[in-house]
Amino acid sequence: MLTKLAGGKVYDPAHGQDGVVRDIFIRDGRIVDGPGGDTPDKVYDLSGRIVMAGAIDMHTHIGGGKVTIARTLLPEDHRGDPAVREGLMRGGCGHAAPSTLTTGYRYAEMGYTAGFEPAVLPINARQAHMEMADVPLLDVGGYVMLGSDDFFLRLLSSGADQRLINDYVAWTIRSSQCIGVKVVNPGGISAFKFNQRKLDLDEDHTYYGVTPRQILQSLARAVHELGVPHPLHVHGCNLGVPGNVDTTLNTIAGIEGLPMHLTHVQFHSYGTEGDRKFSSGAARIAEAVNANKNITVDVGQILFGATVTASGDSMRQHANAGHANPAKWVCMDIECDAGCGVVPFKYRDQNFVNALQWCIGLEVFLMVEDPWRVFLTTDHPNGAPFTSYPHLIKLLMDRSFRNDMLATINPDAAALSNLGALDREYSLYEIAIMTRAGAARLLGLSDRGHLGAGAGADITVYSPQDDVEKMFEAPDYVFKDGELVVDHGTIVNVVWGNVHTIRPEYDRSIEGRLKDYFDRYLTMHVDNFPISDWELEGDGRSKILIHPCRTGGRS
Amino acid sequence: MSDQVSAEIRSNVPSPFCGIASDDLQIQVSGLSVRVVANGDAVTTPAFELPADALKPRVAGVECSLDEACARAAELISRSHGPVFSGFGTDVNDTRAALSLIDRCRGVFDQKRAEPSLRNLLVVADSGWMATTLGEVKNRADVLVVFGTDIEDGFPRFFERFVWNRETLFGQDPAAREVIYIGREPGGRAAYAPDGRAPWVLPCPPESWPDVAAALTALARGARLQANEIGGLAIGDLQKVVDRLKHASYSVVAWAAGQLDFPNADLTVQQLCQLVVVLNETTRSGVLPLGGQNGDKTAAQVCAWQTGYPTRVSFARGYPEFDPFLFGTDRLLASGEADLLVWVASLSTLPPPVTDVPTIVIARSGMRCEREPEVFIPVGTPGIDHAGHAYRCDSVVALPLYKLRESGLPSAQAVLQGIENALDAL
Repeated sequence: MLTKLAGGKVYDPAHGQDGVVRDIFIRDGRIVDGPGGDTPDKVYDLSGRIVMAGAIDMHTHIGGGKVTIARTLLPEDHRGDPAVREGLMRGGCGHAAPSTLTTGYRYAEMGYTAGFEPAVLPINARQAHMEMADVPLLDVGGYVMLGSDDFFLRLLSSGADQRLINDYVAWTIRSSQCIGVKVVNPGGISAFKFNQRKLDLDEDHTYYGVTPRQILQSLARAVHELGVPHPLHVHGCNLGVPGNVDTTLNTIAGIEGLPMHLTHVQFHSYGTEGDRKFSSGAARIAEAVNANKNITVDVGQILFGATVTASGDSMRQHANAGHANPAKWVCMDIECDAGCGVVPFKYRDQNFVNALQWCIGLEVFLMVEDPWRVFLTTDHPNGAPFTSYPHLIKLLMDRSFRNDMLATINPDAAALSNLGALDREYSLYEIAIMTRAGAARLLGLSDRGHLGAGAGADITVYSPQDDVEKMFEAPDYVFKDGELVVDHGTIVNVVWGNVHTIRPEYDRSIEGRLKDYFDRYLTMHVDNFPISDWELEGDGRSKILIHPCRTGGRS
Repeated sequence: MSDQVSAEIRSNVPSPFCGIASDDLQIQVSGLSVRVVANGDAVTTPAFELPADALKPRVAGVECSLDEACARAAELISRSHGPVFSGFGTDVNDTRAALSLIDRCRGVFDQKRAEPSLRNLLVVADSGWMATTLGEVKNRADVLVVFGTDIEDGFPRFFERFVWNRETLFGQDPAAREVIYIGREPGGRAAYAPDGRAPWVLPCPPESWPDVAAALTALARGARLQANEIGGLAIGDLQKVVDRLKHASYSVVAWAAGQLDFPNADLTVQQLCQLVVVLNETTRSGVLPLGGQNGDKTAAQVCAWQTGYPTRVSFARGYPEFDPFLFGTDRLLASGEADLLVWVASLSTLPPPVTDVPTIVIARSGMRCEREPEVFIPVGTPGIDHAGHAYRCDSVVALPLYKLRESGLPSAQAVLQGIENALDAL
């Protein structure tokens, strides 16, 4: 099957193409250089239209225990957004914690073709994958959460050799079929189980006597030395705490040049200036990101409205549970492995703190200079549901719209922010970087996020519109691995995505140590812990894609 | 690994039946016979050893081919204006296939044991909770309060595996753990410490449990109660329980909702959850809702992620709707709103209710129905006849299940997909 996408205006930053008019050929699901003398079976005339790779959400909570806890917590939210069975789409629900099926349809309708679950607990990885397997039309992958699990903390506190830690990290990535490693409130989830209520960067964990700084350094080094393409994905200490901008800056300095990704950095960019002791630290964060090329960030923009925050950070979620709206929440300690906290939330534009959070996120977007190192996220659903991305893109691309919005929020917050003075407007090319090419590069997905030969043919086609929100809401065509799946807003084909993984090498002798640990302390046999390939691919829907590690990796 | 052992004894076999996902079973397989030779218990062993008798489907009591049975089931479903699917009792893939069919035919998804689950789920949806998991209990718990529940009755190996374990990660001596029973008394000696120390038992009649739970929460909040006793228990004793919990480093409050079998028991569960929320203001504590055996939890999990709601979901209007009262099978059958019952149970052996509406049973071979249904399709059991996945009670851990024998029985997933395909052909 040869398909020709003829004459579209191509935005492909991986190849430096900024609105280049050219043809794209797809053969058997992949982009090829040319027709090779064959006549295309199908031609789409895309003249005047905008062509980008399928969008990649590099941080979105779409699968795993806490997402289903959020679903169970919020029946009233589902009732407000029923998703009717229609055409090829099954019934479900939308808004803050949508059903898996509806998640897939709605991402595809917006031109997204991949989403990465950033908080896969090793012990809950099987559930995360089973849920993501039920998200149609989307490639998926996960970052496995380490740093509060007792096996790691015992290694670290006993002064174990870094090589042993590397082996454990590699074993965990492979067992959980993930593509990266995340750390959430380093050590803090464990410390909370010992009744510690806060854990600053250089504060000792009361039981293990190690600090978050040591945890970050050890994990970042492991990820780096294993050749994992995606830098350590860090949800730092003190999420949401006024003054945490200093913690975040210290975190950047403390990683000593190792690659590190700071996630939902908006929630970690708060100062303590002003009458209300809450201010924007965005300028200082952006300055540090601009100066430190080893650092990447995604923003975790908040947008006004009701949502639910679902996080592995049981310590901070418990501390914030009093803000739950509606007033109900779940926290969990989980299997000497991690934890979670699920707190519904309403961000209000007339609330000083919420309004300033909105400004801070946008300030970070506009002040980080390099679009290859800042990524478009709302930390779905924590800052806002992913369906608000087109609105967020408009805020970034349209300064007058942004300033109109700024004029409507809490005036004290608006006055404290320099947002109105920021002239920058993102270009389509820059949007394509942060939602496609940059995200793929950051994760090591060599065959996604671009439109060159060899890429999986995940492609989104838009008609230009004056209102970019409308444009990004409803692409004309979306192709997934070469199949047309969305045609002018209608799902015309339901395909199932790939699972992106890596398989770093490690010394198998760690397995003996793990077996002993599982036998003595945990509740399952170590052989039943790793997720086998049959579990992901057995029913013929998902396909595992293994990406190479940088060095020593097995491709 | 359990699926790679060549001898007829399989080791480290996970149990989808026990609710605590014991995965240390040794099982001997010989032809169709399955025998638990080590680490079984009163729940798990009979569930594994249930003989597979029926191997062929039946329509109106007459053996037929699988295609014929699926075609007849599809015919009944296509004629129905309100099919209710219940049982569940299933693993992940079986539930997925069922939800696909239910969505398509605008049916209702319910579970035989939805009522006990709802005693917990209603609390989550109303106020939430602060929960823990079995691994945390095993390593951290210093005080365990068991409310209104005889744990060993439903979970015979709970104490052996998670309370009287030999060692813990943090140097605590598990044998020193304190166990406090409130309401129901333990039926055996599983809750006795290894040195023979008995649990502290505060027995009181079920009708007093809501008040006792509320009193514990009030005392934890520092309230002074006017009453001197509740349900025959001295307030001083309840205060002692609360004091013990407040001084614990990591306490656990456990119950099995299936044993809190009285009207509005969710309100009692809610009080226990609030007790734990209050305790967490100063120390650490977690609730441990036990339950979810035989695929109950698994089916509810899949339903929650595919529809947004864990159980009692109707697709009648073309999208999922949740109502814990309206969409109960018994009510739908009694009111005449349901004109077809489809019973799906590949793990549980609880039979369908006897009803006048046509009944389709897709159930593990060996299930006995009180009345021969219009269609009976015996299916294999996940974890015995084919691979699969099942959750344990804390909703966190899903274990892989392995094929142990070659029975030729189809999976419920395959049967349900076959029925959906037959609907296409109509």
